[in-house]
Formats: sequence, structure tokens, C-alpha cells
Amino acid sequence: MRKACLSSIYKQAKKNNKIIFIGSDLGPGVLDDFKNEFPNRFFMEGVSEQFIIGMSAGLAFDGFLPYINTISTFLTRRCLEQIIVDLCMHNLPVKLIGNGGGLVYAPLGPTHQAVDDIALMRSIPNMSIVAPCDAHEMEALIEKSVNWPHPLYVRIAKGGDKIISDKFQTFDIGKSITYKESSNAVILSTGIMTQKALEIINELSNEGIDIGLIHLHTVTPLDHKKIDEVIKNVEHIFTLEEHFIVNGFGTSILEYCNNNFQEYSNKIYRFALPFHFPDQYGNQETLINHMGLDNEKIKNDIKQKIGNA
Amino acid sequence: MKNNYPKEALKIKLDDKSKSLRKLCVETLESGKRAHLGSAMSILEILSVAYYDFLNISPNNFNDINRDRFILSKGHGCLALYVILADLGFFNKSYLKKFCHPDSILGGHPEYKKINGVEASTGALGHGLPIGIGMAISSKINKIDNNILVLLGDGEQNEGSIWESALSASKHQLDNLIVLIDYNKIQSYGFVKDVLNLEPLSSKWESFGFNVHEVNGHDKKQIKDALNSTKNLNQKPNAIICHTIKGKGFKFAENNPNWHHKSNLSEEEINLLYEAIR
Repeated sequence: MRKACLSSIYKQAKKNNKIIFIGSDLGPGVLDDFKNEFPNRFFMEGVSEQFIIGMSAGLAFDGFLPYINTISTFLTRRCLEQIIVDLCMHNLPVKLIGNGGGLVYAPLGPTHQAVDDIALMRSIPNMSIVAPCDAHEMEALIEKSVNWPHPLYVRIAKGGDKIISDKFQTFDIGKSITYKESSNAVILSTGIMTQKALEIINELSNEGIDIGLIHLHTVTPLDHKKIDEVIKNVEHIFTLEEHFIVNGFGTSILEYCNNNFQEYSNKIYRFALPFHFPDQYGNQETLINHMGLDNEKIKNDIKQKIGNA
Repeated sequence: MKNNYPKEALKIKLDDKSKSLRKLCVETLESGKRAHLGSAMSILEILSVAYYDFLNISPNNFNDINRDRFILSKGHGCLALYVILADLGFFNKSYLKKFCHPDSILGGHPEYKKINGVEASTGALGHGLPIGIGMAISSKINKIDNNILVLLGDGEQNEGSIWESALSASKHQLDNLIVLIDYNKIQSYGFVKDVLNLEPLSSKWESFGFNVHEVNGHDKKQIKDALNSTKNLNQKPNAIICHTIKGKGFKFAENNPNWHHKSNLSEEEINLLYEAIR
């Protein structure tokens, strides 16, 4: 997904001479084509992330469209004040491309695991947050991001993920994608958790249990129209995310529904990571399972909640 | 300290313009009953020279991409910026009478878009220089020959982002960048040398790849000469260390850490300020 993201930025940069790429200290050879073709719009600024955010703001004030790429936690944690003050208070169209969203960097430990990035970014006015489900969707997002007029945080999952999105599906920031409808129960998911949700609803379907699936690649701004429809018409609503249960995607759904449809908000049950720093290494999949988001457990919980246990 | 700039800064007499701007500052402060007065008085002559004698910025060209830029990175010194912007007609002087009022455009730190003439919201320290460098790089890409001025406080240089920025400014050979340093030697808690010593400051900036000038920060001619000497030097960014006096112009506030910020100012204190500049 990361490769698709960076090559899409390069592709857009060929069409739009305002696009600028800024990395911190990425791997050797990253975007060499971009660097060779547009040397005055390619920057590798070293391990100085706080500076990079301010620099991007200065460029954006003059009409440039900076895309910043580094490891997610180094943006969302280290640069929180710079993102708030330099980008969001000025509402500048700077894109933050965060590598390793969720538990991608499981073997590298909790300094590198972005399990609070959505919480941090979603608490800032003017910030938008998108977590694509696969490389195709990432390409569509980058194309649409060029004209997005606000700060935007893009959560990248690991490379080599399978493709589940329909390339003919229209993609718009802030508009959800329905994979399957159901009035009985529906999973609302974001990022690559939609891949997991798809497996789960297919497995449950084989057991004769009908569960819908809606993919909200955009966490902020939420697709309120779709949520309004779901909260009123669906009996059980599950949210699924690779993020702390605190202040993430599920919380945003819960907050919105509690404020606007209080009588229905007890329909919502959230699947997310428990609120403690990850305590194992391994790989993304083993750590996700260790932290309670394995398919079997989720399926059993769903069955119990909808009364099919 | 081997130079005499701090002594000269203390000694130098203020001209009529400097005095009238100070009077405007006190009037503004009176309406809000609070301000970082000391922090604004140390930079008033620097801003005066920048805005009246050097920068190509006016209310008429403020949206022109070719204009020069000025960023007050030490946003708490905004009283000095406000009176000069008002004096130059960026907004009506009557706004000064509403400093920090609920519906005012002028708060305790300057805000972008609320105030015509403010390039970026500042207040949290260590932000103005990175933004200014982005603007300086933008001018290089666009092949615009302009000046990007960023005014830093001395305490502000405790921030790591300043030194990240200094490395990058040098790497990109930003000779269009002028970093003005308000070296009044007092930060919020006390004297800079005691809180977090910056010395040797001049050689620090030199070692980061800057042309460094030192001036008496209340001597307008010295400031002007230093600004004019930065043009087309040697592809290096520029730093001008301005030796200043916190609270300059008000004897009891000069070099007095208690005047870094004052709130709930009494009528008596305000009268003292007026008397001091008569």
C-alpha cells in the first residue's frame, strides 16, 4: 500500500507542479524517479520532523501542496503541536502520509506502533483522516487528495495487502462504501480491518448468519448520511478498528450517535485494541490476535450479541 | 560577554518615533490591562526598522506573492507588532483600544487571518522559523527575489525545532532568510544565562552555517546597516543578533524580569508607564 501511495504521489506530481514531497529520513532510493525528475520539489530533510511540519506550512501558505511521509508515530506523536498550530490552526492543505498505521511495526515495539494516531488526529479541528483498505483505494485517495483543501492524515497499512476494493467504485473523501447491506447487523470498519470484516461476514454467512459491511475509509469527516441510515434501520451495529478502543473510529461513531440518536446508541458494540501499550512483538497478525481481534473471538462475540450463540 | 552592545543598548536615547510608538503600546496595554510589555519593548526598534525602512510589505501588496515576509516567532511580543501594523494602516488604530477584549481581533498572541498583516499565528515558541524556511524555499522554487524575516526570542532558542531549522536553512543555502534574534537576556523565569545559557550564541549560529551580525538592537542605524548587508553575500542564511534591553524605554522595567509579562495592571502602574515616556 505504501508503494502504491508514493507512486501515486509521483503520478500526481507529474500533472501538478505545486505538489511537493518531503520525507524525513526514509529508506535509500525512495521516490528516486520523483527526485530525478523534479529535484526542486523533492526534499529529504533528515530526522527533524517538527521542522518539516512547519516548513510544509510555509510552502502551503504560498500555494504549494506538500505531501509529508514518515513513520506514523513520528508525525502524530512527536509533532502534535506543530500539526495543531502550523497546519490545523491555519487550515492548510498539507498531507501527512503515516507509514505503519496500527500494528504494522509489531516487531519494532510500542515506540513505532500507531495505535493512538486516529485519537490524536481526530481531536484537532480542521484535520481529516483517511485509512484506505488496500492499494487500489490508496491510489484513488491520493488522486482525490490533491484538491482536498484541509490538512489530511493518511494511514498506511502494510505493503502487499490483498486487494478487496472494486476499482470501478467511485471514491470520495468522506463517503463510505457499502460492501453488503443487512437490516439485522452490520460491521462498520476502517482501514485494512475491512479486509478482516469481509472474512468475518463471509464466514458467518456460511453459518447462515447475515451480517452487513460498510467501509468508512474516512474517519473524519464521518459519513453522517450513511450512519443516520444505519443507526435507524439496523438492529446491531459493530465497529472494528486496529486502534486503541479509546478515542478512535468506534468512539467517533458512538459519540455521533449518542449526540444525535440517543435512543439507538446502545445498539453499538466496539471491537478495538485494549487500552494498554502492546506487550508482544511477532508480526502484525499475531499481535492483532494477541490483543483480542482474532476472527474467531470477533465472530463469537457477534453471535452472542445478536443472539445466535 | 566581550562586546559592548548590551551597555550601548541600555544607554542609547530613543527618538521621537520610538517614543510615540511606546505611547501607543501603553494605550493598547491600558485597554487590555495586561501584556508582555518587556518583551515588546526590546523589539520595537527592530520592528520599526524592518517595517519602515526595509521590508517590501504594505496594506496594498499584502496578497502579492512577491512581497517580503515578516514572522514574529516570539508571538508574545505582539504589542510592538500591533502598533506598527496599525500605524502603517494594516488595520484601523481604533482596534488597539480593544486589545484582548472578547470581540477583539488583537489577542495576547497574533493570529493569522484575524489581523491583516500577520503572516502566521504564533505564540507557542519554535514555530516561526520552520514556517519562514518553508516560505524562503517557496521563493527559491518560484525564483522570487524577496526577504523572509523571522524574529526569534532568546528563550525561544531553547526549543529543538530552532536548531533543526538552522540545519536545514544552511543546507538549502537560504540567503533570502534573515533570522533576527532579540537577545534581551531575560526569559520568563529569569536571566537566560541562568535558565539555559545560550553562549557562545554568535559562534553557535556561525557553526550552523549562518552569516552572523551583532548589533545594538535599539540603534536603528546599526539594525538597518545589518539588514542591508545581508543581500547577495555568499548563499548563506543570515542571523542578526540584536542586543536589546527588556522593557527598554521604561526605566523601572528595564532589565527587570518582573516585566516579562504583567496582568491586572493597576491605574497607578499604567500612569507610571505614561509618565516614564513623557
